[in-house]
Amino acid sequence: MSSEQQSIRCLVAKVGLDGHDRGAHVIARAFRDAGFEVIYSGLHNAPDEIVQAAVQEDVDVLGISILSGAHDTLVPTIMDGLAEYGAAEDTLVLVGGVVPEEDRAELKAAGVSEIFGPGTSIDETIEFVRQNVPER
Amino acid sequence: MSEETLLEDLLAGDHRALARVISKIEDRSPGARELVSSLYAHTGEADVVGITGSPGAGKSTLVDKLAETYRKRSETVGIIAIDPSSPYTGGAVLGDRIRMASTVGDMDVFVRSMSARGTLGGLSTATADAVKAMDAFGKDKIIIETVGAGQNEIDIVRTADTVAVLVPPGSGDDIQTLKAGILEIADVFVVNKADRDGADRTVQELREMIELGHGGGVVSSGHHGVDPSHHGGDAGGSAGDGTDLEEWLPPIVETVATTGEGVDILIEKLTAHRRYLHESGRSVEVARRRYAEEIRTLLREDVNGLLEAHLEASGGIDALADAVRTGETDPYTIADDVLEPIERCLEGKEDTSNR
Repeated sequence: MSSEQQSIRCLVAKVGLDGHDRGAHVIARAFRDAGFEVIYSGLHNAPDEIVQAAVQEDVDVLGISILSGAHDTLVPTIMDGLAEYGAAEDTLVLVGGVVPEEDRAELKAAGVSEIFGPGTSIDETIEFVRQNVPER
Repeated sequence: MSEETLLEDLLAGDHRALARVISKIEDRSPGARELVSSLYAHTGEADVVGITGSPGAGKSTLVDKLAETYRKRSETVGIIAIDPSSPYTGGAVLGDRIRMASTVGDMDVFVRSMSARGTLGGLSTATADAVKAMDAFGKDKIIIETVGAGQNEIDIVRTADTVAVLVPPGSGDDIQTLKAGILEIADVFVVNKADRDGADRTVQELREMIELGHGGGVVSSGHHGVDPSHHGGDAGGSAGDGTDLEEWLPPIVETVATTGEGVDILIEKLTAHRRYLHESGRSVEVARRRYAEEIRTLLREDVNGLLEAHLEASGGIDALADAVRTGETDPYTIADDVLEPIERCLEGKEDTSNR
């Protein structure tokens, strides 16, 4: 009867011991201004906390911001957690931050859809989300 | 996860199924109505508490501590945290989760952030339905957290059985503004950040306001000088002396949410209010009023949806707006024209049912 009111829901997550949240804030704001519903995790989350939030909030997009260099352990742990709840397949997982070229293939193999390094334009990221948000 | 098993999975305690059902409710996706309809049969067990107050009053932190305390008592908790959305882009940053750190890693605390989408009143329907989903899931306690500003917010928080209004200390003039609407919905007042200067004064001002608010009735004449902050606690204990039928006087609880101070007392007052609702028979009235409101909201949205679709099919609202702009007609005439067939239809229906 009443019309559908879908909105792209995103979790912008800071994980691990890295306290650099400027990038996450900029992304959260930009996503908001693009009309998305953004849940921001705050700093210093453990992987299972991120999984819990992603599952409970039923987000379409999980954006993980990591600048600590621990992506190669933290991100796969999150992906495993999502899989445990059956949420890995239809969640678009993005990683933002400093990820060396040689680590990228491994993250993508773990299920990360795209990695956005320094210098990526906001518009590019938003466009990527719009194009790739999972059909549910 | 298939549509058919969604309800079964939710009832079986699958977290992702609960999350997905709430998404469907928020999206108003096809099938959501049937889903919510079938949820109703499984509800009625949970205690629903509303927490409201101005931005920065400490709602999220207090909700976090409430959840932690409930968990220590082995009760499962569902939290619906509502944040405003931009009326321009529809976007929102939902930050309440950040403050809910005491219970992270505990899946038996299910936190869901929600924001307004689209029409007025839509959020209160979505909130009420999400509460039903958590209730059917088997949550013992459900907390709705929202900024207490405006009619929409008040409608949302009225989804709860018991409403706690947070008042930060030193908000002297704010208390004046609270009078409109908020005073009436508060079952319990919470002066949070009670360790700050001005807390005593805020408690005093609230107390005066509560006594004024109830001044017209029997309560104040029989109870002048009674400290309202002790009243709620007495309600259960003094059940034998005939006072249990009187009006509920909102108690005032002082808390420091960051340390958890006063949270136990708050829970006690919330419990006392629930007991009062049941013992006085008010719960029937509250439930009736709430369901009446839900039906009304639903009908309003449905009729609105019907009309929107109709307008869209017959050339869109822009053409009509242009007709008004150029002076051909006016909004009232248009509304009458659009509604005319509906009125005729309803009249026809009434005629046949009268026969």
